[in-house]
Formats: sequence, C-alpha cells, structure tokens
Amino acid sequence: MSAAATEDGPALQARAVTRRFGDREALRGVSFAAARGETLAIIGPNGAGKTTLLSILGGVLAPTSGEVSRDPRDVGWVPQQPAVYGKLTVAENLRLFARLEKVADPDAVVARMLEQTGLADRAGDELGTLSGGNRQRVNIAAGLLADPDVLLLDEPSSSLDPRQRARLWEFVGALARAGTAVVFTTHNVAEAERFADRVLVLADGELLFTGTPAALHDAVGSQQADFEAAFVAFLRARGH
Amino acid sequence: MRFLLAKDLRILRRSPLLVSLLVIYPLLIAVLVGLALSKGPDKPRVAILNELPVTGGTITFGGTKVDPADYGRRLFASIVPVTVHSRAEAERRVRDGDVLAAIIVPADLVQRLQRTITLSGTGPKPTVEVLYNAEDPVKQQFVQSTIDARVADLNKAVSTKLTQVAAGYLNILLSGGKFSLLGSDFDILGLKRSKALVDSVLTRTPRGSPDREALQRVSAFAQLAISNLGLSDVVLGSLATPVKVDQQIVRGRRTPLDTYAVAVAVTLSLMLVCVLLASGMLALEREEHAFARLVRGLVSREALLAEKVVLAAGCAATTALLMTAGISAFVSLDWGRFPLWVAALGAGGLAFGALGVAIGALAREVRAASLLAILLALPIAFLALVPSGAVATGLYDAIRVISALFPFRPALDAADAALNDTGGLGTALAHLAALLVGWAIVARVALQRFS
Ligand SMILES: Nc1ncnc2c1ncn2[C@@H]1O[C@H](COP(=O)(O)OP(=O)(O)OP(=O)(O)O)[C@@H](O)[C@H]1O
Ligand SMILES: [Mg+2]
Repeated sequence: MSAAATEDGPALQARAVTRRFGDREALRGVSFAAARGETLAIIGPNGAGKTTLLSILGGVLAPTSGEVSRDPRDVGWVPQQPAVYGKLTVAENLRLFARLEKVADPDAVVARMLEQTGLADRAGDELGTLSGGNRQRVNIAAGLLADPDVLLLDEPSSSLDPRQRARLWEFVGALARAGTAVVFTTHNVAEAERFADRVLVLADGELLFTGTPAALHDAVGSQQADFEAAFVAFLRARGH
Repeated sequence: MRFLLAKDLRILRRSPLLVSLLVIYPLLIAVLVGLALSKGPDKPRVAILNELPVTGGTITFGGTKVDPADYGRRLFASIVPVTVHSRAEAERRVRDGDVLAAIIVPADLVQRLQRTITLSGTGPKPTVEVLYNAEDPVKQQFVQSTIDARVADLNKAVSTKLTQVAAGYLNILLSGGKFSLLGSDFDILGLKRSKALVDSVLTRTPRGSPDREALQRVSAFAQLAISNLGLSDVVLGSLATPVKVDQQIVRGRRTPLDTYAVAVAVTLSLMLVCVLLASGMLALEREEHAFARLVRGLVSREALLAEKVVLAAGCAATTALLMTAGISAFVSLDWGRFPLWVAALGAGGLAFGALGVAIGALAREVRAASLLAILLALPIAFLALVPSGAVATGLYDAIRVISALFPFRPALDAADAALNDTGGLGTALAHLAALLVGWAIVARVALQRFS
C-alpha cells in the first residue's frame, strides 16, 4: 500500500469527467468516489462509456475536462482486452511489467502472482499458446504487480469459466478486505449485485444511478423478479 | 528502455520466419539492384553472314593494302559474333531470338569500297545490312545504338585510313618518292626537288632573260606550295575526325560503378530492414494492447519511440555491415575505413528508424505498417537513384527536394562516402541527423492518436 493512501479521504475520486471523441460525447460530467476497501461495479449498455471511464481513471486516456484524484501510477489497470505480449512466456510478461513498474523484487512478485492466479505450471508457456481465459488471468496479474491502492478491472470475468470466475471474485474480495478500492465493469449484472458494495449505472456517457444494488431494485419498484430485470426496467424508465 | 529492448529482441528471436524474411527480402532486392547497376548488358550475340569472296579480301589503293578483316574485328569487338551461312539462316536466328541481330556483309562490299576510295566512280555506296527483331523496343534501341556506334567507329577508321593515304600522296608530291600504280613503279620528282632544280637553273640564267622571270614565278609558286602542303597532314587529319572528343568529369563520382552498386545495395537493405522493423514493432505494441499499459506512467512515449528507433537501427546496421563484409569477398573494399562504415550505417539506420516509427504510428497496425513502409520506401529509393539529365530539369528539382525529405539519398551518400571515399560524409551525416529529428517529431505527433 503506497503512502498516498489516506485513512479518511476516498481512495479514488472523479470530478465532472467529460470525454469527447470528435462530436461524440462518450462521458458527460461523471462524478463519483470510491472508499478504501470498497468494491464498485459500473454497469450499462454497450457503448455507455464504461471502458472510456476506466481508461481515464487508469491514466490511459486524458479527460476532455474534469479531473481524477489519483496518480495513475498508484492505480492497477486491467484492460478489457489482454495487454500482454503473445510472443513472451507468462513469466517473461510478468517480469517485464514488474521491472517497468520498478517493484523492489521483481522475481518474488512474479512468483507470488503466478501462485495467486494459479498459472505457476504455465509460467514457461508463450502467451499466444494459452486459452483466452488464461490470457485474461495473466492480464489481471499484470495489473496487480505493483500492489496498487486502487484496482480497475474492465470486464474481468467475461472470458473465464465458472470455476475461474469464482476464484477471481474470491481473490478480489480478499484484496478489498485488505483495503484496496476495486472498480470493475461487467455485463453480468448478477455479479454486480453479488460482489459490489455499490453500483454505478452508466448510459450514453451519463451517470444515471449511484447506490447499492438493493437501492437500484427499490428505485424501479418491487415487482421485478431479479436484479437483472430491475436493471433493464431502470434503463427503460430512463429512456435507454 | 533496456527492458523493452530486451523484450523486443526476444520477440524477434521467437519469430524466425519474420526475421529471415526481413533479412532475406532486402538482401535479394539489394543484390538484384546491385547486379543491375554494376553490370551493363552482356555483349549481344549477333549473327554475321559474310558473303565476301574468300579471295577478294583486300583493298588496294595508292600502293597500300587494306584488309577489311581488320575493320571486321573492330566491328566485332562489342558483340559475340555467330557465323551463319545464308540469309535465310540469319533471318531465322533473329526471329527465334537466338541472336539479337544479324549483319549481312554483301559480296560486293570490297569492290564498292575500292571504288569509293579511288574516287574513280560515283557508284553505290558500300552497304552493310542489319536485321533485327523489333518486338522488344528496349532491345531494339540497344541493338540500334550499339550498331550505330560500331558503324561510326568503322567509318572513322576507314576515313582515317583514307586521309593517311591522301596525305601520303601529298607527301610524294611534296618530297618526291616511289609510287606504284597498276603494278608499275614511278619515281616522282616532288615539289622540293623541283624547286631546287629550278633555282639551280635560275642561278645560271642571265639577268634580264625572259626565261628568268618565268622561272622565278615557278620557283615562287613551288615555295608557296611547299610551305602550305607541309600542313596537309594536320588539315587532313582534322577532316578525318572533325570533332575530337575529350572526356572530362566535371562533377560527380569517380568511383567505379561496382563499388557504387555496393553502396546502393547496402543502403537498400539498411532501409528495408530498418523501416519494416521500426514500423512493425511499434505497431505491434498497439496491436498487443500493451501500448496503453506502457504509457500510463511506465514508459514515456518519447522513450518508447527512441527504443524502437535504436532497436531497428541496431538490427539493420548489423545486417548491413554483415552484408558489406560478405560483399568485400567479391568487390575490393577498404577495411581501414570500417569505423566510417559503422558511422554511416548507424546514422542511416537511426534516420530510417525515425521514418519507420512515423510510419508505424500513422498506420497503427502491423500489416498496414509493413505495407505502408514498402509502398513508401521503394519509390523513395528509386526516385533518389534517378540520375540528373534522365528527366526534365523541373521534375529533377522536384525529385531532389522529395529525396532530401527522406533518408535514402543522404544515407546512400553517407554509405558511398564511407565505402568509396567520395567525400561529403559530414554533410550526409548532418542531413541524416536533421531527418532523424524531423521524422521523430512526426512520429511523436502521430502517436497522439495511437491508443
Ligand atoms: N478511441 C475512440 N475513438 C472514437 N470513439 C470512441 C473511442 N473509444 C470509444 N469511443 C466511443 O465512445 C463510446 C463509449 O465507448 P466505450 O468503449 O467506453 O463503451 P463501453 O461502455 O465500454 O462499451 P462495451 O460494453 O461494449 O465495452 C462509444 O460510443 C464508442 O464508440
Ligand atoms: Mg468496454
């Protein structure tokens, strides 16, 4: 945990973040905060701006206006598409990024990450020969190398099998209990309901809702069978 | 940056097909271009039908025998003669492409030549027939110009011989001597001895005698003729070759063509390896989505560009140096200048690398980047090789400006200067340094919309 983490203030805060791609407004004045140890789910339809928001929080994209409280170097970033080298082995990929992150003992960190992601036996295999799910696990491991205060995960579970998905959320839960603020996106709204403390609903670049899953359920009335139905009804009520 | 370099080298090592293509393709192109540049076309095969009677070999005039075979040998110096025995055979071989052309020497050539030389008649000029295949305009042009040049040589040789003979006649007129005509020998008195005779008669002729005045006029004329005929050799010589060609290189290279071809081949390889590698490896960072991970605080965009430029320049310069070393087995190169080779190829590599990352940043995908690199690099190289005078002046100026904006021309100048001591290495290196900065800026701007 870096010294920049403060005990009382939020671990991460976005203020009126706007992002324009030419004429298209991908984000319109999005503001929210994540506390230490809190898990936030960002949900919304395709093209809502979820990836754009995470990219800005991770320092990959610059916002057109607005600001983000944390230096991207204190933030772990796991992109939607695996950002690792296909021609390098699992261990080589992790070691390269550990060195670039200037972690104190790259080899020890790599060994720990291989252990945590259950990829120790595939350490010597080239990434290109791995299955999509295993590649995603390396991608997640690469985002965790620097032991960040804030972890951003863009659809981390989308290519994982149910067993791996369970492992992932177990792992994320442990990180959060240790004080890491976790912000993830998902199209699997049941996951958001189960694993997130709060959900942010984003549609057309606009933040429509911030609150607990139960609060979202309440917002559309109790006639909806489950959280997914409640979410769809919420979007429809807001014209999406 | 060193971790990234090690990473890229490892990726390259694991892509043997790509690397061998990257090395072999430029080598092939370079060797082909080098061959095309260093060798003129081989001597063309030309069929010769000699209808001259076996005995009618020599021409005689003024007592001098001339053997047409001498001239035949001159004509054949720049061709490979293929003897044929009939006009039909000559035509067939030309049509089949077995020979580039056929030359038919008619039976009456010697007689006609004899008649022309002895000025005894105004009969038909001696004529040699040339048959060639016009299906390939380039070949036709080549045959025509080769034969024109040979015939011009032959005409010149014949006219030189003629003037020698004419000068010989004049000399006999001047100084006297033996002269043979139609098998009989004559002794010619000559102007000088005639004047001496007249002068000696003059001394014995009394003053006031009418003969004396006439003899004095003859003597004066003889003196005038002697003084002026003395110049006849020079005058006739200048008639035989009215225009003497004195070749001088005013500007431009003095190195043999094959060492220049080495510089071209090496620079081509350097360019292709470098541009393809720099553009491809940069685009790969984006294709693997690693670019975004790298530039969020791990590596600056400038450092990433510098790493690709250094990687490409290092690999390409090494390839080019190995190639130069290989070539030095066939073409003599001065190994004492090795440090200069390294400087020239290194600087060229860096400038090509900068062009490469600019291409990679603009194209953003490996395949598009490779295509763009080839599409851009080859025409630039060929433009830079267009010699002055081959195109209109305005166009050539435009070509020079375009060539100056890309690293091929200065890299070639640098390689040529380093390999062949043609001078101008400093200027070329400065030019390359400027292009390195310029293209690096283009790449940096293009990287703005990369991720
Ligand atoms: N680099 C870009 N250039 C132009 N438009 C972009 C760019 N990146 C995203 N957009 C646009 O911004 C909007 C938001 O895209 P974003 O990828 O953030 O959506 P998302 O919520 O992550 O969608 P998905 O659920 O499909 O992943 C979309 O309309 C998209 O077309
Ligand atoms: Mg997305």
